[in-house]
Amino acid sequence: MKPATSRLIGWLLAAFLGVFASTTAHAHPHVWITSTSELMYAPDGSITGVRHAWTFDDMFSTYALQGIESKKKGVYTHEELAPLAQTNVESLKEFAYFTFPKADGKKGKFLEPVDYFLEYKGGFLVLHFTLPLKTPIKTKELSLEIFDPTFFVDFKLADKEPVRLVGAPEGCKLGFQRPNDGAASAQAIGEQNFLEGDNSNFGAMFANKITVTCP
Amino acid sequence: MRSNPAVRGRRIKHALVIGALAVTAVLAADSLVHSVAAQTPFGGPRPPVTEQAGGVIGWLLAKQSEFYREMSSTIRAAKSDGSAVWTLLAISFAYGIFHAAGPGHGKAVISSYLVANQETARRGIALSFVSAMLQSLVAVLIVAIGAWLLNITARSMCGAEKVVAIASYGLIAAFGARLVWTKGVSFIRALQATPPAPALALASASASHDHGGHDHADHGHVHHHHDHSHAHHDHAHGHHGHDHADSHDHDHAGDHVHDEHCGHSHGPLPSELAGPGGWQRGIGAIFAVGLRPCSGAILVLVFALAQGLFWAGIAATFVMGLGTAITVASIAVLAVSARGVARRLSGASDGGGALIMRGIEFAAAGLVLLFGIGLLTGYVFAEPLTCLQSIL
Repeated sequence: MKPATSRLIGWLLAAFLGVFASTTAHAHPHVWITSTSELMYAPDGSITGVRHAWTFDDMFSTYALQGIESKKKGVYTHEELAPLAQTNVESLKEFAYFTFPKADGKKGKFLEPVDYFLEYKGGFLVLHFTLPLKTPIKTKELSLEIFDPTFFVDFKLADKEPVRLVGAPEGCKLGFQRPNDGAASAQAIGEQNFLEGDNSNFGAMFANKITVTCP
Repeated sequence: MRSNPAVRGRRIKHALVIGALAVTAVLAADSLVHSVAAQTPFGGPRPPVTEQAGGVIGWLLAKQSEFYREMSSTIRAAKSDGSAVWTLLAISFAYGIFHAAGPGHGKAVISSYLVANQETARRGIALSFVSAMLQSLVAVLIVAIGAWLLNITARSMCGAEKVVAIASYGLIAAFGARLVWTKGVSFIRALQATPPAPALALASASASHDHGGHDHADHGHVHHHHDHSHAHHDHAHGHHGHDHADSHDHDHAGDHVHDEHCGHSHGPLPSELAGPGGWQRGIGAIFAVGLRPCSGAILVLVFALAQGLFWAGIAATFVMGLGTAITVASIAVLAVSARGVARRLSGASDGGGALIMRGIEFAAAGLVLLFGIGLLTGYVFAEPLTCLQSIL
């Protein structure tokens, strides 16, 4: 009976671990963000930072505004929303602002956000903020991914002009990958990322990838 | 019992594998559905196996998102067109079903509890519904008091959510600890009671009064009622067998009654479900699972409140809970059935089989405890509260 007993314990342990490990991480979105961004260039052609304008979905916008006082009902000024904007950018730090630049195999890092404010228009909150790069990147090919690895926030690049290049050298071209086009492409991106060995996490399957190629 | 030690050994081995697989299958099938492409705890690449299920997850997520996003526009529509409320309820119901099929520790905890505590499928269904309704009620109370009465900010409301969540995780851990204690005792007793092969004949004589009768009943039932009758035997078994010390609230009067019914596949008596030791027995599970509200429900409620249709939001929340309950109940029934299958396959009439069942129960109890601790320490990823994540 001894060997059977130890085997039993072994099996139970295996069952434990299997179930436990498989339940450790999973998520689904509760917040939707439509993203438009600007890539800012220095006169020498290096990229200095990213300026985002993120529009939250109506349900989350309403939730975020709950309990915030405004002088005029249904109208919120930038000042009234300033504390919320402050909280937003501070909390976003932990998540690397959901913005992942990469050039020549190296990841770019951001400084603390500047010029941030919240705007309320048409029932939606829009968060504006600028992320200056720690060191400006000069490259022929930049990739910028925008996504939440935990997939609590579902990012979508705006349909029209999701990225603008500000002060970029002549002849730079933009390319996009939008996972929201369909589950199939999301999966393909997931597999691709997996094979590349980076960003191999859930949210990456739903990553938005922007590429800029300059001559 | 008449089989020789070698055959017996093989059978035990076989049963062990099946038993362990049964527990794993139920709980893993549940968690797999939503853990698929999850990051490994150490941040390494996930095993390739998970890739293939991405489609299912993708689809679940897509469906869920679709329903969820339709809710806000439907609530808006309901302001001018009352009939849109029906659409809202239909969407909420569908969202509830899909949402529960996705992430959530509730199912895992309820399933583990049912397996550990030898509960019936019917009780599983009842527990699923009551805990889902409690969950809806907590969401409604938080928003009604926080947003409607006090008009506090989302951030402060989330503070309340956090307290409730931590209380709920603590309850799961405490509840799991209690289960581990009682199940550990029966497991150790089963280990001690399992005789070495030569002493088998002797042991079986004493064991037979515990198990003999039930076994026959087990074989007699092929249709779905066997879940219930099963668990009856389990109850009886627990009482007359090993569990005297574990004075854990089984209803003795009820047991006597269904002892007489042994072999007939009657459902549990109403008194067993609702009477003393009925609800009380499950109340820990109900509170542990149902206390923490779902972020989606809170968001819908606040949105409905802002649109001046709070009542529609409340209705939607409860219908959502109903949908959730259906999914959770299905998984709970699956868990209880799998336990029944494991019981039959392990041949629970002999010492080895009983050991396996006690082992499975102990493992399931351990899972509840681990879930609780994991949730408390943040190792098990619960659905984030709307404010714990990034934005607020």
